[in-house]
Amino acid sequence: MSMPFEEHDYIGLSETPAMENSEKLASKGLNLKATELRLGLPGSESPERGNGLGVLKGFISGAKRGFSDTINGDSGKWVFTGNGGSDVDLGKNGALFSPRSVNGSGSEGTSLKEVVPPSPKAVHEKKPQISAVNGHGVAPAAKAQVVGWPPIRSFRKNSMAVNPPKSDEDAKLGSGCLYVKVSMDGAPYLRKVDLKTYSSYMELSSALEKMFSCFTIGQCGAHGVPLRDGMSESRLMDLLHGSEYVLTYEDKDDDWMLVGDVPWEFKATWDIVCDYSSCLQAYKLDLHKSTVISGLHVWFLQPLEPWRRAETASSATV
Amino acid sequence: YLSNTSTLSTKMAKSFPEEVLEHVFSFITSDSDRNAVSLVCKSWYEIERWCRKRVFVGNCYAVSPRILTRRFPEVRSVEIKGKPHFADFNLVPEGWGGCVYPWISAMAGAYPWLEEIRLKRMVVSDEALELISTSFCNFKVLVLSSCEGFSTDGLASIAANCRELRVLDLRESEVDDLSGHWLSHFPDTWTSLVSLNIACLGSEVSFSALERLVARSPNLRTLRLNRAVSLEKLHNLLCRAPQLVEFGTGAYSSELRPDVFSNLAGAFSGCKQLKGLSGFWDVVPAYLPAIYLTCSGLTSLNLSYATIQSPDLVKLVSQCHNLQRLWVLDYIEDIGLDALAASCKHLQELRVFPSDPYVVDPNVSLTERGLVAVSEGCPKLQSVLYFCRQMSNAALVAIARNRPNLVCFRLCIIEPRAPDYLTLEPLDAGFGAIVEHCKELRRLSLSGLLTDRVFEYIGTRGRKLEMLSIAFAGESDLGLHHVLSGCESLRKLEIRDCPFGDKALLANAAKLETMRSLWMSSCSVSFGACKLLGQKLPRLNVEVIDERGSPDSRPESCPVEKLYIYRTVAGPRVDMPPFVWTIDEDAALRV
Repeated sequence: MSMPFEEHDYIGLSETPAMENSEKLASKGLNLKATELRLGLPGSESPERGNGLGVLKGFISGAKRGFSDTINGDSGKWVFTGNGGSDVDLGKNGALFSPRSVNGSGSEGTSLKEVVPPSPKAVHEKKPQISAVNGHGVAPAAKAQVVGWPPIRSFRKNSMAVNPPKSDEDAKLGSGCLYVKVSMDGAPYLRKVDLKTYSSYMELSSALEKMFSCFTIGQCGAHGVPLRDGMSESRLMDLLHGSEYVLTYEDKDDDWMLVGDVPWEFKATWDIVCDYSSCLQAYKLDLHKSTVISGLHVWFLQPLEPWRRAETASSATV
Repeated sequence: YLSNTSTLSTKMAKSFPEEVLEHVFSFITSDSDRNAVSLVCKSWYEIERWCRKRVFVGNCYAVSPRILTRRFPEVRSVEIKGKPHFADFNLVPEGWGGCVYPWISAMAGAYPWLEEIRLKRMVVSDEALELISTSFCNFKVLVLSSCEGFSTDGLASIAANCRELRVLDLRESEVDDLSGHWLSHFPDTWTSLVSLNIACLGSEVSFSALERLVARSPNLRTLRLNRAVSLEKLHNLLCRAPQLVEFGTGAYSSELRPDVFSNLAGAFSGCKQLKGLSGFWDVVPAYLPAIYLTCSGLTSLNLSYATIQSPDLVKLVSQCHNLQRLWVLDYIEDIGLDALAASCKHLQELRVFPSDPYVVDPNVSLTERGLVAVSEGCPKLQSVLYFCRQMSNAALVAIARNRPNLVCFRLCIIEPRAPDYLTLEPLDAGFGAIVEHCKELRRLSLSGLLTDRVFEYIGTRGRKLEMLSIAFAGESDLGLHHVLSGCESLRKLEIRDCPFGDKALLANAAKLETMRSLWMSSCSVSFGACKLLGQKLPRLNVEVIDERGSPDSRPESCPVEKLYIYRTVAGPRVDMPPFVWTIDEDAALRV
């Protein structure tokens, strides 16, 4: 199973920032044969100091990777504001991604509520003043999660993962799993997917498509379960193939968010979807009733609202 | 007269019959004292080695099984440690080493009367366990701490064959849990059980077998159950073992039923000798009062898996006036630590673990204030492990001044390189105060934003420091140099993600021979420097651990991923996996 944390280093930093430094140091001609140590005043060892953390900052500010890069625009099913709008601007608000509204203009009020700290490790985005500290230049941690940090034994990690504070017996337990329920409007039953087995939105969408395709080509009869009232077979087919389905989820602030705004590698997405302390904490929304029912975040395939349909037609999908 | 004293002392040494010396030596139990005794003279060396019963091998690759068995022929108890400490945090790749089988095999031949084996961070196979069970007819104690590589089949061999077994302690080992049947392999005639710790096992053991086992073990003092044992069944076991001193529950939850509660409370109150409690997974707070009657006698309480909130924790802890050791989650919060400081004046060790280590924002109100409060209120506090999200120099200075008797101080500020949250400065001054005031400090773990200055403090003032853990700290080789050129007592140094390179290491190469081991990962040590060290210091094994392929395929200036250097009399390892390289004296790269 792939390890997204180590492979998809979308910021562009290598796994060990310190190694980058030393490669730079090496290229400055540090002579290994000269083993004498110069014990000058602190600060006179300029090469290491200057490069120590400044290099990292350079990498981070240079990382601009729009979400469009992560999605193959060919699939007409996906609707998102096309351009790579996730500008990385550490200087201003320190967020590694800026909240974008669905229509891309930034004028939509709803999405701005949610400025979620991106990843467990990129904490400094929330405290911009730290980047100016004493010239020590605290480097925001580059990765979503650092191997072996904080230093907690696997036994303890696994025990805690299996028993989150407010446990929900429904979802599958175990460290490394992030199960969410997926419901499709009109389908007689829900499915569960482990988000961690996918490494991109495309993979997830294909998998979901396969999972729910049976509902659209009359196979529900084979299961002996009728479709829900008011949703005919052909209507479902139309909806699916007519690219009118989008994947949405409900975040901590109870806002309906379009899936795909945040780069897949940003595990924070799953923080939004599922409280990171347990993959079991969330709220399930029944589309028909729009009320909170019980404890799980749900992703819904839901039909586009008319205003969004117009949007899809006009915006580029790459 | 003076020239006669040397001959006089030689005569005295020779005139003491060996039996007398042996008898005297039998009172010397500390390993370091024993080692000192053996250095006095040749005859003492000989006498000592023949009567040494207990051996501690701190690094399984520092000495070979053959060397051990040749020097000490009469050993009854062996303790061996394998992987370096950072293996606990997945920094040592799978398959690195630390296999115990060669040791068991050598000891099977040399020590037929071996009674005790204690292993830590070693790879123990089922074959090794089976060999243990069939080789030592008097085998009594098996402790496997953070070990892996075995399954419940291996445990079944131990259960079936070790007729004299008293202690089976699997603390925090990773066991391939095939089934719970292994416990039933203990024969009905076996009644010598003193200590059983199966807390790390996942699957359910047969409860009736467990019950019968407890019932026929009058010497049982320690019983730590696994999570699968349900709460309703606890009273069955406790009633059959009222002599228990240490008890670990399973999942501490059940539907709220008065009969279950009263059974449990009654059973606990029957255990008048109970000093330690642990377990407490999945706690339902309503059942906590069942242990209230035991609280005043408790000296050790491990609530580090108990996901209960501060008010419940406070109610519990404030009744434990004799508590010496508390392990707890950060749900206790500052307010709970205030209560702890007020109630538990005999507290010696505190460990606070994070309930939610991977989120940025604090999920509980636990800050540096809690630790300061405990340092003020608990005069005997000497060992601290504390995970938190903010720290200040002022707090560290206060802790240092309050508790100069600290022996072990491990602070983990969850965010790497986090500065003093009040002043935004590095935490150099705070940790400096710790090493300055706590003159008996033996173990220190650093975190937060730290410059080279903190290492200057540590190097000059950490005179008794034996183990130092560093992560995401320092600015240059000067930092490492301060540590390696100071810290007279340093034995173990482990470093990750610090900008330390070749210079400090090469300048202080000789220091490495005075230490047990050095671990450096994600630092800036070049392969060339490793080669140099390996060539110049034949009494060290310099292991380059690099999963990117042979270091020869990259320039010598390229930094290695991980580096593990340890002193050894056993020469290079013969069991290295493909991703570990050492360097021969002739600079040949050896895999």
